[in-house]
Amino acid sequence: MSSMPPARFEAEPRGGAATIGKAVKVVGQIFSREDLYVDGEVEGTVEALEHKLTIGPNGIVRATIKAREVVALGTIQGNVEATEKIEIRKDAKLTGDIRTARIIIEDGAYFKGSIDIVKPEPGKGVAKAQASSPAAQAAPAANASAAASSPEIKR
Amino acid sequence: MNARGSGAAPTLSSRPSRGLEEFFTQIRDTSGLHILDLGGATQKNVSFITDLGHRLYSEDFLRIMNEAFGADDTVDQSNPGRIEYFLKQTLDYPEGHFDGVLVWDVLEYLNPVLLNAVVERLHHIVRKKAYMLAFFHSDDKLEAVPCYTFRIAHLNTLEILQQGMRRPTQLYNNRSLEKLFGRFESVKFFLTRERLREVIVKV
Repeated sequence: MSSMPPARFEAEPRGGAATIGKAVKVVGQIFSREDLYVDGEVEGTVEALEHKLTIGPNGIVRATIKAREVVALGTIQGNVEATEKIEIRKDAKLTGDIRTARIIIEDGAYFKGSIDIVKPEPGKGVAKAQASSPAAQAAPAANASAAASSPEIKR
Repeated sequence: MNARGSGAAPTLSSRPSRGLEEFFTQIRDTSGLHILDLGGATQKNVSFITDLGHRLYSEDFLRIMNEAFGADDTVDQSNPGRIEYFLKQTLDYPEGHFDGVLVWDVLEYLNPVLLNAVVERLHHIVRKKAYMLAFFHSDDKLEAVPCYTFRIAHLNTLEILQQGMRRPTQLYNNRSLEKLFGRFESVKFFLTRERLREVIVKV
């Protein structure tokens, strides 16, 4: 992980979600077991399979994203898989292919890519998906965030 | 100024569209098709296309055109390098990839060199026998034409959001459109009360 000074994680300002603040840059893999708010810069992959991922207005995410729910207010470059839904808010920019059950796009949002609506199959919940994923099996990694203890950030 | 022009506050109206109806007649009974929308992503169009079971590809054609050539429409639209860059940004898809294209009115703002390159690329990336829906203003005395965002309300109804005026690079009659789409199998016209010519092009 590399950080731009002053690098710090804000302590739960988003209703309990872990936060990557706007002065933080993360390069690598992020696995989160709680809701995650990214207002900084991320390159790599982000997985929050049972949780909500919010890209804040200052957030720039160049990553493959898998989450239960994705809310974009900032910039995403990469493919997004949101098992429940994705919201692309006004002023957000998303370049990549989307797979989701439901999509909300506000007027003014920029989107370039494809949208594949995938209805969840009965009996195949996200919990099962996470149980077999590397994220769930990975040992807790050295984590720079004391405040955001749930996300694992791997290099 | 937004990607679709400048001017007064947006106004929304609704009207029937024979062209849209014709377009969806060709694709509504099959699911899993690849549909390209060149008008940028709107909630209504995304919902409508994906609810039919299709995969939607979205390109904000005019916005990328403004970024590539400047917002004044005609900055060096004949430069081969810029044209190649623009095509790479907007229409970089494999041969025969799409089963339908919602072109809307974006072709009106391209100069002849860029226009021919775009039409050529569309011919390449849309599969044979598939359809494209394009709009052109039919009044050849206009200095500027309304800029619209087109939202699909029903199979045969459009919501039209007018966002100011914009100067078209050229205006088309039936003959010039037939010439423009000369490589395509057929071209069919519907004239609307807004003096828009709705054009269904079969690849």
